Amino acid sequence: MTTLDLDNIELGRTITADDVVDALSFFDDWEQRYEYIIDLGRQLPAFPEEMKDDARIVRGCQSQVWLETGFDDASGELRLAVDSDALIVRGLAAIVLAALNRKPPQAVVAYDMEGYFDSIDLLKHLSPTRGNGVRAMVKRIQDEARRRASAA
Amino acid sequence: MNAALPVTHLEALRAQFPILGSSAYGKPLVYLDNAATTQKPHSVIQAIEHYYLHTNSNVHRGAHYLGDLATAALEGAREKVAAFLNASREEIIWTRGTTEGINLVAHSFGGSYLKAGDEVLISSLEHHANIVPWQQVCRRAGATLRVLPLADDASLDTSRLDEFITERTRIVAVVHVSNALGVINPIDEIIRRARAVGAAVLIDAAQSVAHFPVDVQQLDCDFLVFSGHKLFGPTGIGVLYGRQTLLDAMPPYQTGGEMIETVSFETSTWNQLPYKFEAGTPHIAGAVGLGAALDWLTTQDRNALLAHENDLRDYVTERARAFPGLRIIGDTPSKVATLSFLLDGTHPNDVGTLLDQQGVAVRTGHHCTMPLMNLLGVPGTIRASFAPYNSRDDIDRLFAALEKAARFL
Repeated sequence: MTTLDLDNIELGRTITADDVVDALSFFDDWEQRYEYIIDLGRQLPAFPEEMKDDARIVRGCQSQVWLETGFDDASGELRLAVDSDALIVRGLAAIVLAALNRKPPQAVVAYDMEGYFDSIDLLKHLSPTRGNGVRAMVKRIQDEARRRASAA
Repeated sequence: MNAALPVTHLEALRAQFPILGSSAYGKPLVYLDNAATTQKPHSVIQAIEHYYLHTNSNVHRGAHYLGDLATAALEGAREKVAAFLNASREEIIWTRGTTEGINLVAHSFGGSYLKAGDEVLISSLEHHANIVPWQQVCRRAGATLRVLPLADDASLDTSRLDEFITERTRIVAVVHVSNALGVINPIDEIIRRARAVGAAVLIDAAQSVAHFPVDVQQLDCDFLVFSGHKLFGPTGIGVLYGRQTLLDAMPPYQTGGEMIETVSFETSTWNQLPYKFEAGTPHIAGAVGLGAALDWLTTQDRNALLAHENDLRDYVTERARAFPGLRIIGDTPSKVATLSFLLDGTHPNDVGTLLDQQGVAVRTGHHCTMPLMNLLGVPGTIRASFAPYNSRDDIDRLFAALEKAARFL
């Protein structure tokens, strides 16, 4: 049984994409940036072990990501939660959720992810060759949003 | 203890590798991913440039002046490889790399001779490239793929060779030096036992040829494969050594131009060795670059380089043992200068990312040895792998960067 409360994830609610862009542009050394990214990851609740299953896994070459998607009928918004076995990948996933969580499916489909990644200079972490599963996670969220958008 | 290579020699050696002067994120580069690929000396880069500036032409056609130069360059490189391995030129086949060499042997030799009930033996330390091709040919032939187990210290358990090398064993394909852990395998003993039952032996020498001399006559193996790019040469070129009597009897792997003697629409006959296994235009510039890499390596004092690498291995092991929470994976005496490790309570990928930010290039993950990582019960490791141009200073930088990473995680 899921014990994850999809309604209370701070990313995309109290922490938005603008907050992330502002914070990361403020830091001038890598240590502050990574401390911030790791701390953001800590805002994500850990998945209970029974939720880390094949249906939720997004396989990376080096680290694993688990993704839970839901939909809130009242607001018409997607609800997202992510966990990873690696701290920095959790942080990167949190950065993605700051942009995409609690948005209507159409807004997720239309969201300029490349522009967002570009503005925070994180493209190198998200390139397919880094193999950390973040890129695959974004694609799965977009696919889910597309499915919801066309079903609506 | 002093480094085995005098500081002035090491500086002169490093100066031959232009990329070592680069920086990463504004910090001087510490390159410790040599098991993935080594850097290239000036002489190799110049040889490739010279080839394209002055020699480039297709080979073996005798059509014109440049064609003769290119053919001489390609075949001259083959002679260098033959001398390097103590083989004859007919036994040296150009490939794209280790993976293609293993595929060639698995499909041509294994595909022709394996039958139901036969066994192929590999070891627990194999790279995916020396597992998957054998799985495929065994499945097709109805043969069984067996795996020599590990001893407690992650070396191969040779005490059980009797169980694994039997009269049913047709092929033994084993890695000389483990890419993931740096463990040197007792291949002399394995080859001797395999030959005693009449099995053919393939040695994956991708991780050994850069570190110490490898002599196929002395080893008495049937096949040996390596990649140019892990041996200070370019990517895209590799070598298969095969015993001539076996190569002569084996069918071609790929067919097309260059590897034929005569072709009609109905049938074809094959060219002589080594061309029978070289369909299409070879990677001429790559072969020339590899030849230059061998020239470079064989004119070094290899005993001094090996002593220096062993000093790096001992120093990095000593530093690792003293580092809080660090667990060496594959802590066994017979190793090249490769340190595979984990930091308690951290994910290898996080450590690797934080080292990278500090200019220290290592590899993290399963190193294309997923079955080995499962046997060891680890998700992957952090691997620092060394070449002769590395220094004790590089190791000090690695541990300073690790201390900082450990504070983050």
